[in-house]
Order: sequence, then structure tokens, then C-alpha cells
Amino acid sequence: MSAAVVPEKPDQPEKPEKPRGSGPAKSGTAGAASLRSAARTYVERVRGGELGALPAVLGLIVLCAFFAALRPVFLSELNFANLLTQGAGSIAIAMGLVFVLLLGEIDLSAGYASGVCAAVLAILLTDHGWPWYGAVAAAIVTGTVIGLVLGLLVAKVGIPSFVVTLAAFLGFQGIVLMLLKEGTNISIRDQTILAVANDNLSPALGWVLLAVSVAAYAAIQLRQDRNRRRRGLSTAPLSLLAVRIGAMAVLGSFAVHLLNQERSRNIIVDSLKGVPIVVPVIGVLLVAGTFVLQRTSFGLHIYAVGGNAEAARRAGINVAAIRISAFVICSSLAAVGGIIAASRGNSVDPNTGGSNVLLLAVGAAVIGGTSLFGGRGRVVDAVLGGMVVAVIQNGMGLMGYSSGVKYAVTGSVLLVAAGVDALSRRRAVQR
Amino acid sequence: MTATPILQLRGIDKSFGPVQVLHDVSFTVHPGEVTALVGDNGAGKSTLVKCIGGIHPIDGGEYWFEGERVHVHSPRDAAAMGVEIVYQDLALCDNLDIVQNMFLGREKRSGLVLDDATMEEMAAKTLEGLSVRTVKSIRQQVSSLSGGQRQTVAIAKAVLWNSKVVILDEPTAALGVAQTAQVLELVRRLADNGLAVVLISHNMNDVFAVSDRIAALYLGRMAAEVKASDVTHSQIVELITSGRSGDLGLAHTNGATA
Repeated sequence: MSAAVVPEKPDQPEKPEKPRGSGPAKSGTAGAASLRSAARTYVERVRGGELGALPAVLGLIVLCAFFAALRPVFLSELNFANLLTQGAGSIAIAMGLVFVLLLGEIDLSAGYASGVCAAVLAILLTDHGWPWYGAVAAAIVTGTVIGLVLGLLVAKVGIPSFVVTLAAFLGFQGIVLMLLKEGTNISIRDQTILAVANDNLSPALGWVLLAVSVAAYAAIQLRQDRNRRRRGLSTAPLSLLAVRIGAMAVLGSFAVHLLNQERSRNIIVDSLKGVPIVVPVIGVLLVAGTFVLQRTSFGLHIYAVGGNAEAARRAGINVAAIRISAFVICSSLAAVGGIIAASRGNSVDPNTGGSNVLLLAVGAAVIGGTSLFGGRGRVVDAVLGGMVVAVIQNGMGLMGYSSGVKYAVTGSVLLVAAGVDALSRRRAVQR
Repeated sequence: MTATPILQLRGIDKSFGPVQVLHDVSFTVHPGEVTALVGDNGAGKSTLVKCIGGIHPIDGGEYWFEGERVHVHSPRDAAAMGVEIVYQDLALCDNLDIVQNMFLGREKRSGLVLDDATMEEMAAKTLEGLSVRTVKSIRQQVSSLSGGQRQTVAIAKAVLWNSKVVILDEPTAALGVAQTAQVLELVRRLADNGLAVVLISHNMNDVFAVSDRIAALYLGRMAAEVKASDVTHSQIVELITSGRSGDLGLAHTNGATA
């Protein structure tokens, strides 16, 4: 690792000011000053190349403002709900890809893996009359097995993941065709599966869910803060905590309120209001994935292997097992993405999980801030990046652009995101 | 020395295929002292260290630890006894913070969840024990640290586990003047805290600055183990380059025949 040896800058003496551990807020005075110093720390980190979610959030704001200015219908309740359900499938796949990208690997087959799992779901539901839970379980197990095979080929046999998953990309495309008897389309009639991407929570349930989420988030944050304060460790200022919880409550309320408006064009035929069911589904995946990556030693080991596999090996981490499990998680989440896609399309055809699904998912993860070089990224990146991708697709559709233009623009945005990633990484290494 | 050595090797032989790298090497390390291990490239320093660390099994000879004969078969055995090696290429993960690096592979958990608070406390205490004041926050990423600070983290990682012997492979090789002084100070402090420290170095100034004893390897043989105060700079250089210096050193130094 040549990058590990940083040339010394003699003109930059190490700052002896603070003994470690005592953050700016040790005194516990949670005022404007500590908030300002927290902001300063954040700016320092961004300047040092740790951009985090900043580009995706800024991009999201700019794009939304842009489309809202040109096409007011973009901001309508109906379109907002559409945006969420459109993005959900590729967000689930992107969440899985984050695990693989964290290792510095790639899974090009995630799209068609989701197609295979969706085909398994549809065949079991429609042709064999399985109950929905059995079919869902079978689809997810299919994903798990796919991930296990890919992971073994990469970690044990030692074939580069690019080649393994490129081969799987072609192979799975064939398997979908074979499963669907050369291209017939299987429609799904199971009400539970259809509800995932097409139905909404009742307005009241939407509010309850939001209240529970905010309360749980606040409780966890405050408990952690109290624990650290009691032990005299550095803590984020309480005011920052309040801002975060407040922002979550305000943004959440705004979204729930908007989604609870009637958005049916013809109320007599059908009432359409409430938070789409996919939103809590993605929410649960987000919380679970974030917990695994940030709070467990398994998650830490994924970061370690992605950062320096040799160091991880010397620390006694089973690198091969970590690699295999990342592929298992990726393909299993791809199965979830496939189920959402099947639900949204009311059917499974040879194109499910095909065409641009994979590239949009990889784009979502990278645009959200997950590094292609490994070692950096979070599950929430997939959600933020997925929203950026969905906004581009949706907004440009509203503006009447052809799909050709949509592809070209999405591709350019992916390129920009990867460029930001590469440059910020170089900045972090050069210091 | 009256104190019993914490680690003692007697008559170690080690071959890789037809090439014998270590011939009848004896090596003694005392607690509370810095023992410098010097020798030219290819003299067998790294091999000897890897034998101590359990990475290479020894072919012949005895390995004594705390007055008892032991058999070390793997790095895990060595770590269990309290022998830690800090390699030249540090083995830190740039994308993790200081605490995470220090505990990597041996994280503290409460149930399923990482016990960050306890790890942070232990890491802070260890760094404090080493009087390390150069890092701003132990929650900063290793990628943002200077070379000397990285070395400090790597050493602190080795010390964290109540280790008894810490072996440092060229800890100052990539460092500037000020950083080298800092790391050497830390090395001295480790010994003053009662640890046995083995310092591998090519730099005679570093060796004489911190070590109590000097062991010189010459073509796979231990040329001399002497107190640093009993020898001069040039004597050590002679031992390194020719295997003997006056009365010190090997009786026969003409190649590997002896």
C-alpha cells in the first residue's frame, strides 16, 4: 500500500491542542457555539474528501427545484407517490449493491438475479397456487443461493467479481427466458403481493408509523448520548441532536401529509390516498441494513476488508466469509427488489430486472455517495441516490423527453457521481 | 543481568527448502528494556521475528517464554502469550477511525451490538498511558493521520492487549525527523512501562538513542548480544558488515562454512 505512507509535511506541526476524546461539547453546554463547532467539523470533513451524502442531497434539491419550476405537475401529490413507487425496486437492489461495493467488488448480475427471483415468485404463485408468504420466501431463498454461488466463485475460486457477475448477467437472462417458457408473461393475481407496490397505508396508520419512527429514533439517540455523557466521552451537542430529530419529524410530517391527500383523478371509482406500502418496506430494509453496517462487528469487518483486506486478514478476520456474505446479502436484497418490481408491474416478463434496472441501481448507490473503490458507503446512500435517479427519470418523462435522452442524462449523472467519488478519494489520499 | 529474560531463544535453526536462513541463533529479551535487533539486509532479522511471532515454525532450537519452554505454532499462539508484532506496513485500515483500528478483529460487544463506548474508553486510556497527545480525536479516520501518528496508532494497537513483548519492524523508516523523535520517545516509554521492546532498525542513531541492548545478526548467525553502553557506533557497524569487531563477534566469519 503506497497510499499508507504519507509523505511528511514539515511545515505542518501536529496540533497538540486537544487530548483525544474530549470533543468540543464535553462541558455539556449545548448552545449555539457547540452547534457552530459541529458545523465547522463537518465542513472540515467535507473539505478533506469525506463528502458523504452531500452531493446527493444537493443534487436532489436542485433537480426538484428545476423540474418543479418547469413542470408544476412534478410537485403534485400523485407524482410524489409515483416517484416513491417507481424508485423502490431499484433502491432495494442498490441497497444490496452497497454491501458488495463496500468491498470494492461489483455485482453486474443483481438486475437479472432480481428477474430470476421474480420469475420464481410468479411461477409459484400463479402456476402452482402457492400462498404469498411461501412464494416470497422461495424467491428470497433463490436470491440467497445465487449470492452464495457468486460469492464462492469470487472468494474461494478467485475469479474477479466483474467476470463472475458478467457471466451471471448473461446466464440469468437465459434462465429468466427458460423459466418463462421463451418469453410469455405471467400475471400476478395475489392481492398481498399486488398491494406491496400498488396499495397505500390508511392515512391514520401513516401518521402512527411516522410518530413511532421519530420517537424510536429520538429514544435511541438520546440513550446513546446519555450513556456517552455519563462515561465522559465526547458527544455531539444536544442542539445538533434536536435539529436532527426535528428535521426528521418536519420532513416526515410534510411527506405523510402530502401523501395523505386524495390523489385519485376520479374519486367515485377509486380513492387513492395514504403512504404507499413500499415506503415502510424500504424503511425497514434501510434500518436493518444500517444497523448491520454501523452497529455490528460484521458490518465493521465489511468496511475493514474494503479498506485494507490484508490488514483485515492479519486482524484475524475471515476475509473469504465476509466476501461471500456480502454477495449473499446483495442477491437476497435483489430478490426483494424483484418482488417489488413484480408487484408494480402486476406481472413478470423476460424484461423484469433487465434493461436498465442494474445500471440504475449501481447508479443509485454511487450517486448516493458509495465509493466504487470500496471501503466507503452507507445503506442510506442507496435511498438518496435512488431518489435522484427516480427524479431524473420521472421529471424528464414529464418534460416529454424520449427515453433516449433519459438514458443519456442518467448516464452522465452517474459519470459525474463516479468522478466526484474518484476526486474526493484522491483528495483524501493526498493529504 | 539478574532479571530473568521474558523471551529467550536458544539455538534456533530455520531453513526454507535448501536455504538455511538461521544458524543456531540465540536471542534474549528482557522486560523493561529496548533490545535493538540489527543486521544487514538478508541477515535474517525478519525471519527471526516471524519465528518469534509464530508465522514461521522453527526447525530446531528452543523457545522459552517467562521461564517456560513453549511451542508456538501460529500467530494466535504468540498473541495469546502477549507477543505482538508491528509490521513495517502497519496494517491499518484507512477508512476506519483510530478506535476501530485498535480493536479490529477483537471488538468489544454487548450482545449483538458493538460496545463503542467501552472501546473508546479503553483506547483513550491506552493512548493516555503512552502519553500520546498528538491526535486530535480518537474518532478521526486513520486516512487523516500523519505517518508518525499512524505508527503511534499501530503501536498503541499492539499495547492495548496487555502485551508483554512488542516487536517493532523499522518503525521510523518512513518518517521525518520530528516524527522519528516522537516515535522513539514512545518506544522508550513502552520499555519504561515495563514492556519488553524489540526494535528492528537500520538507523544507528535510532538504535543508540533508545536501546539498552543490541543484538547483531550476521548471515543468519547471532554475531553478538551486547549492552548498548559497552559498544561504540563503529563497533556495531563492523558487527553488521563483517560479523566481528575486535573480541566481539563470531569466531569464524568466512561465509557459511563454519
